[in-house]
Amino acid sequence: MSDLHPDQSSAARLTRDDVLRVARLARLTLSESEIEAFTGQLGQVLDYVGILDEADTEGVEPLAGASERTDVLREDLPGESLTRSQALSGAPRHDERFFLVPAMLDTSAE
Amino acid sequence: MTACREPAAVLLEQLAGGQATSLALTEACLGEIAAHDESIGAFLHIAGDAARASAESIDRRRAAGEPLGPLAGLPVALKDVLVTSDQPTTCASRMLEGWNPPYDAHTVERLRAADAVLIGKTNMDEFAMGSTTENSAFGPTRTPWRLDCVAGGSSGGSAAAVSAGFAPLAVGSDTGGSIRQPACFCGVVGLKPTYGRVSRYGLVAYASSLDQVGPFARDVASTALLLEVLAGHDSRDGTCADEPVPGYSERLDQPLEGLRIGICPEHFSEGLDGEVRQTIERALDVYRGLGAEIREIELPNAKFAVACYYLVAPSEASSNLARYDGIHYGRRVDDYEGLVEMYSDSRGTAFGSEVKRRIMLGTYALSAGYYDAYYLKAQKVRRLIAEDYSRAFASVDVIASPVAPTPAVPLGQLTDDPLEMYLADIYTISANLAGIPGISIPAGFSSDGRPIGLQLLGNSFGEEQLLRAAAMHERETEWHQAIPDLDGDAQS
Repeated sequence: MSDLHPDQSSAARLTRDDVLRVARLARLTLSESEIEAFTGQLGQVLDYVGILDEADTEGVEPLAGASERTDVLREDLPGESLTRSQALSGAPRHDERFFLVPAMLDTSAE
Repeated sequence: MTACREPAAVLLEQLAGGQATSLALTEACLGEIAAHDESIGAFLHIAGDAARASAESIDRRRAAGEPLGPLAGLPVALKDVLVTSDQPTTCASRMLEGWNPPYDAHTVERLRAADAVLIGKTNMDEFAMGSTTENSAFGPTRTPWRLDCVAGGSSGGSAAAVSAGFAPLAVGSDTGGSIRQPACFCGVVGLKPTYGRVSRYGLVAYASSLDQVGPFARDVASTALLLEVLAGHDSRDGTCADEPVPGYSERLDQPLEGLRIGICPEHFSEGLDGEVRQTIERALDVYRGLGAEIREIELPNAKFAVACYYLVAPSEASSNLARYDGIHYGRRVDDYEGLVEMYSDSRGTAFGSEVKRRIMLGTYALSAGYYDAYYLKAQKVRRLIAEDYSRAFASVDVIASPVAPTPAVPLGQLTDDPLEMYLADIYTISANLAGIPGISIPAGFSSDGRPIGLQLLGNSFGEEQLLRAAAMHERETEWHQAIPDLDGDAQS
């Protein structure tokens, strides 16, 4: 049985609903033509990566990164950081003290 | 030949010897950019006045006998993925259009300390996602050798800038081949260092376990000089290695005795352009002539590299690019109802197609129910790929291969077929997964005048060997001295 597609023996075809679900998770508004294009294109890529099923990874530890450095620690001391005005300098909306965002509690889009 | 088409190492001697000034060199580069960049598209931002001021100041300091940094007076172009406190940084995305970062990347600090002249920011695939620089929101970069063909990507602007004589040195980033492949398409030298060799602080993140900053130059010696400046420990990047930086230039002239070069037969099989194959075989003959031994090696998991990469990289990208929320910096749409719509519409309108595609792919691969089957599986295969290289480097010093299956492709050829474009990364991607260094050096031309590069991969932190091996080929050939005829091409 295929590792990559546990619920099907052949490659899973990505559906339009999958694309809509993922776009919602990723916070991406897509146009109708993007939804259509991505459904086909991402489906193709997912079919292709099914080749990984052929790799025998029994007992293989995942490799998260190429650096051998782990648990790099430093003293917990305050250092230089951006000033408030620097930190706000790229913000689309701010009041010179805080980032301004739309009200969070009355959101109907979800 | 204009001054800025000399290799950086030669220009440095002229500057030090008083035969050239930084201001004259900088003006020459700016002149070339003004004359030709409209047709090539290498730059997103040209810092003309700041570059002139910096050049003048360096010339004055030199005249006063003050100590100067190792790149004093040399113009350097920066891929627009490195943040700069005095130049905008866009990552070729509408998302960051007009953004002026409040700090310098580590590598930018190093270049300033080395007295380099920062001449401008170069074009790229948006957020470094792509292999042709056609995914730039601000138009493609063309290879100076053939204006109907792409410069490669994602660091296409940096490669084209060096090739066209817009700057003797440039900096790029390489996540899956983004330095080596455009170096190949533009006929220059490009090196991806070992993961951890160069700090990523201030490099806008695409796929953090793969991203690495590296140099472009016209020859191997100049590449070594720039790497010496970029490399070294920085505590602000937890993955940055605390290892001494060798003087890469010092022993460049010494050939490697008993050099063993590995080749993988699968790299020369189906899908490889005939002229590319002949070029690589000719380069191997050059090494044979120098007494090197060519050995066949096995990389049994190489066939999984593209699939592994296109799960790992998009997964990390989907996480990294979550920071573009229309709040802290970057684009926010004008009209929205509520927070979620503000996020989604800002991201949906400001990101280009390839960025959205990779965020989608990564979000899918990391989403509930799929994590083990995709991301975790890919990480296990990643270990197998890395182990293949460890095994191979027990019996060879470097591994030689093509850089890309074909020379530079015509504009538009790959843009409609993402999978086809991903598959073209086959020769470069494994080095990022394994974290090892790789270099692309000029090795010939196709019959229609497109450059072809040779890739050499080395063992972790084996940059010195890699550069010395590359220099051996360079001394025997003249491919790196070829210069594109911009005046002729501009009319075609």
